[in-house]
Amino acid sequence: MAAASLRSVNPTLPRTLPSPTRSPPFQSPFLRFAPTSTSFNLKPLVTPPAPSSSPFVTRSAAASPQERKTFHGLCYVVGDNIDTDQIIPAEFLTLVPSNPEEYQKLGSHALVGLPASYKDRFVEPGETKTKYSIIIGGENFGCGSSREHAPVCLGAAGAKAVVAQSYARIFFRNSVATGEIYPLDSEVRVCDECSTGDVATVELREGDSVLINHTTGKEYKLKAIGDAGPVIDAGGIFAYARKAGMIPSAAA
Amino acid sequence: MASSVISSSPFVCKSPAKGQKDLGFSSFRKPSQISIHGCQRKSISRKIVSVMAPQRSSSTSGSVKTGMTMTEKILAKAAEKSQVVPGDNIWVNVDVLMTHDVCGPGAFGIFKREFGDNAKVWDSEKIVVIPDHYIFTTDKRANRNVDIMREHCREQNIKYFYDITDLGDFRANPDYKGVCHVALAQEGHCRPGEVLLGTDSHTCTAGAFGQFATGIGNTDAGFVLGTGKILLKVPPTMRFILDGEMPSYLQAKDLILQIIGEISVAGATYKTMEFSGTTIESLTMEERMTLCNMVVEAGGKNGVIPPDATTFNYVENRTSVPFQPVYSDANASFVADYRFDVSKLEPVVAKPHSPDNRALARECKDVKIDRVYIGSCTGGKTEDFMAAAKLFHAAGKQVKVPTFLVPATQKVWMDVYALPVPGAGGKTCAQIFEEAGCDTPTSPSCGACLGGPADTYARLNEPQVCVSTTNRNFPGRMGHKEGQIYLASPYTAAASALTGHVTDPREFLQ
Repeated sequence: MAAASLRSVNPTLPRTLPSPTRSPPFQSPFLRFAPTSTSFNLKPLVTPPAPSSSPFVTRSAAASPQERKTFHGLCYVVGDNIDTDQIIPAEFLTLVPSNPEEYQKLGSHALVGLPASYKDRFVEPGETKTKYSIIIGGENFGCGSSREHAPVCLGAAGAKAVVAQSYARIFFRNSVATGEIYPLDSEVRVCDECSTGDVATVELREGDSVLINHTTGKEYKLKAIGDAGPVIDAGGIFAYARKAGMIPSAAA
Repeated sequence: MASSVISSSPFVCKSPAKGQKDLGFSSFRKPSQISIHGCQRKSISRKIVSVMAPQRSSSTSGSVKTGMTMTEKILAKAAEKSQVVPGDNIWVNVDVLMTHDVCGPGAFGIFKREFGDNAKVWDSEKIVVIPDHYIFTTDKRANRNVDIMREHCREQNIKYFYDITDLGDFRANPDYKGVCHVALAQEGHCRPGEVLLGTDSHTCTAGAFGQFATGIGNTDAGFVLGTGKILLKVPPTMRFILDGEMPSYLQAKDLILQIIGEISVAGATYKTMEFSGTTIESLTMEERMTLCNMVVEAGGKNGVIPPDATTFNYVENRTSVPFQPVYSDANASFVADYRFDVSKLEPVVAKPHSPDNRALARECKDVKIDRVYIGSCTGGKTEDFMAAAKLFHAAGKQVKVPTFLVPATQKVWMDVYALPVPGAGGKTCAQIFEEAGCDTPTSPSCGACLGGPADTYARLNEPQVCVSTTNRNFPGRMGHKEGQIYLASPYTAAASALTGHVTDPREFLQ
């Protein structure tokens, strides 16, 4: 799961964020949750990232100059229309993602549905973790079934980000809601220019994020992830909602 | 502008080559731009079957209230706002949340983890739990997941839990229904104007009832369980107007495969697909459900059909909960307009391995097949089996390949055994299927549509070729990675079973 970031602040929220290490006491078994347009004038939590026209300007006082999130590792390259059945075949859906032991098992099956034409397996047989940090995809990544097991298994296996040309909406939404993996948009067909095993770095910055392929020496601009970023940083929509004071925390 | 092109120059609808998904909103294709696509083509269809109007920009005058589409109206009402426009992010009140045995445990697990072990769901009467995916199996985890749902439902006092305990005989379970999307409709949970969410991509099926219905993941569902609300972005609407008399050999499945082939598997991503026109008005509810069911296969957020007397008749026979139908304003903005003359369409299939890999059924007649599967939320409803039976009866022959029949729900199963097929002298579907040599209709569930545990009935465990009335044919969808799935209508599936090849149903229906 992506680490919580103290310095990720959504500028539209009027509140000061509580420290992530101290959770407010659980107030009531019945959640009182009445968003009004003034309290929750949130920018899209689960929007596909659009080129941001207005960069973040409000930062908490103690923030460092430029928020940066970096992933470094090997690339695993796939093609267009990788549907969720290929990411995690239906026979493994009996594993319940909210069960910690089964969560790990899901990781071991990540991308096992890819056809045999993919000579390199994402996770080696017998392993539970992948050696690839960055998945490079084409169009419509994550199409098909709504199974949340798809971004979950990728995150459980240890992948940090997907860089694709475009996403299917439910997969994108699930990636953000779970905080399991960053779904990043490339501007060109990166999957045609990268190969599995290339060493790469993904740098997430406000405004211009990049994918750097060290093996080919090429750099690619990525679309800003916008307000979906802080949600993933926080560890998903619930963690974010608690940090933002939208819902009380669960009992410790 | 559009109509002048129709009358003056026939053209071929360019099918997107594999890998290129941008059929998009570009201008009309000239006759010279023909792409040869698909199985061996002896004659290329030159009939105009669809036409696309140029994009309209929405009016942005501040003082004039913009007309809204059906979807915008439904979401505005659910967000307690007077007006929304596409792109707005709004908090929406949920009317019904559905979950099943595969995603239910995860969704409730998240709910408890986030809201607390003693938390109560937002409304125990607005949640419908429908075990349907992995039911008739010895897989211990699958069975355990149904037990987990039973525990949650008991603890939360969930009113609608269509439980199954006796896996050996589905009929011994009075509450058990079967496939969630069909059960939702049959049990009266689908109502015009409402917001229905489900932990399944084919939740969009319910849009047939003139409501906003879409699939969500476990985490979103866990959030809804606790709050009864969800953050949604208002989608723009693509309008599909289908006019003309439906040919006797054509079904809703052909219509949606035609459309998906037209716009590709990402053609409607993040958008609403609104279906209207004289053909739509002539469709039964089950056919409308088939149409909306595969909206997700085009990437669509939701599908929607204006409710009418057909809708009200169906709904009012199944629920007394009041509802408020809504309709798109005359001055609403649509992001795309497609028109189809249905009378000119022919039966189609989606060839392996993509739902947009469209081809005319008659052009695939040399494709030898190994089996036929009739079932699922897409093609396992009562009318789907009636159609298959009608074709078998008209043909009077035996199937040449194993033909698997999986009724979607208990009600469908009973109809298959009880209802006489029109024009068959009083014979039921079951009798006709038996005479044709099909497999005995099996216990209702999602079955092999998505493969499932290894012992799932009709699972594709070898690299065989299957004609199926289901909704997806990506690699490995029904089990084996090298399996080849041709998506088709029940008529086409039945015709193919009789010949052992992919077959246009007109071989037997005219």
